Amino acid sequence: MLDRTPIIDIRGVNKFYDGFQALTDVSLSVFSGQRVVICGPSGSGKSTLIRCINRLEEHSSGQLIVDGTELNDETRNIRAIRQEVGMVFQQFNLFPHLTVLENLTIGPMRVRRASRRDAEATARKYLERVHIPEQADKYPSQLSGGQQQRVAIARSLCMETRVMLFDEPTSALDPEMIGEVLEVMVELADSGMTMIVVTHEMGFARRVADLMVFMEAGRIVETAPPEKFFTNPESERCRVFLEQILSH
Amino acid sequence: MSDFPETFAPRARQWPLRRVLRSAPLSLVFYLAIVGGIVWLALRGSASMGYNWQWYRIPQYFYEITDQGFQWGEIPIGLVATIGLSTLAFALALVLGLLVALLRLSDLVVGNAVAVGFLELVRNTPLLVLLYLFYYVLGPIFSLDRYWASVLCLAVFHAALISEIFRAGILAVPKGQWEAAKSIGMTTGQAYRWIIIPQSIRMMLPPLTGEMVHMIKSSAIVSVIAVAELTTIGRNIISDTYMSFEIWFTIAAVYMVVTLALSVLVSRLERSFTVKR
Repeated sequence: MLDRTPIIDIRGVNKFYDGFQALTDVSLSVFSGQRVVICGPSGSGKSTLIRCINRLEEHSSGQLIVDGTELNDETRNIRAIRQEVGMVFQQFNLFPHLTVLENLTIGPMRVRRASRRDAEATARKYLERVHIPEQADKYPSQLSGGQQQRVAIARSLCMETRVMLFDEPTSALDPEMIGEVLEVMVELADSGMTMIVVTHEMGFARRVADLMVFMEAGRIVETAPPEKFFTNPESERCRVFLEQILSH
Repeated sequence: MSDFPETFAPRARQWPLRRVLRSAPLSLVFYLAIVGGIVWLALRGSASMGYNWQWYRIPQYFYEITDQGFQWGEIPIGLVATIGLSTLAFALALVLGLLVALLRLSDLVVGNAVAVGFLELVRNTPLLVLLYLFYYVLGPIFSLDRYWASVLCLAVFHAALISEIFRAGILAVPKGQWEAAKSIGMTTGQAYRWIIIPQSIRMMLPPLTGEMVHMIKSSAIVSVIAVAELTTIGRNIISDTYMSFEIWFTIAAVYMVVTLALSVLVSRLERSFTVKR
């Protein structure tokens, strides 16, 4: 079912912030079409790991290969990889001085050199997909948090990337808005997008994940398919963590 | 609960006179009294030294109606020269200031050192000395005439101040904006052009206006190397007429009208910026 070469290949990656080790010998392979959910206590390095994948953070050692291109200091490689890997942030990070439509077209127009007409057509298509076509001409500040996050997802989709990274996409949202964002993410997963999601939403994880990853203190402690992960995890720490977040 | 009345007690005990002192009519009275006092002192001083006021001779320096019809006087001509000089220097200062700010924000060690060196050199030299350097040292070397020596000197001096405004404005844009721009594949240049600078301009506008006002005022210093502008014209008129009181009051008022008008204009502009969002 899956390609044999992984689209993202992380091999023995370490990451140091002066004196502090954020990632220790992390290895993970993600194949095209796979949905990986990473969970773990805060400070365990989940965000750092996915931010290394599109080089918002630099890894200190080890190898990180995205779609056959190795991430190193080569600026050309970094930009090539960023055009294959989209990212959705916890704080949305929409461009406040641009309308929703402009937020969606600026990437394709400036980075991919698409014409305005093509970029707007693409933008409207993806706004439709995240269920807010009517908000195209508003500014981000006029939207609710849930709508803003859906615009952010659409912005990433407009770049037509092969992989999408989600860094705790629902953590900054009011509870009643989490559902609408997760719904869009489930639809995205169903469409076959390769996704790596850092989240505490275990219901979502159960529904879409092909692979669950549990991290603690900068290490990957457990990697398992969801049916095994949720019912019979191997490590004690993972068991305790799941009990804690599933009990309420 | 017992803490509550105590916390709010100062408000109840507020000095009642303070409210009276803050009222608008009383402020006006104070203001008039102070201004009146200054005018009275000036008049008394000039009277005691036997100063001969000749305000009636001032209008001819603004405009004249001769056989050929309406003609602008020396002061408006000087004002236009001042505005031209300041605008040209300001435009150059903006470009140079942006360059210095970007160098300073870059990760280039050399660029950073150059920018900091430039800033410290300019900030720690008096403007007058800087002007002499440009006119008497750089002037002969690069064959700059007095006008271009003045323009470049003012541009360099204000570029240092403007670069700090740019730097602060750029740093005020949240880090997440950079990350979002980079995550959609933008280069640093594209991120600046499309995402960062447009957002920081709104924050930079008020301090930049201040710099333009500052520039118009500091341009007066080029009168020491006799570049034709408002202050030089003032000096020339005085050397002809000895009306130093009237002329300096007039010149100061002209500067004030221009800079106040500029401030009002920009605060309008700023409002239209905010409405857009």
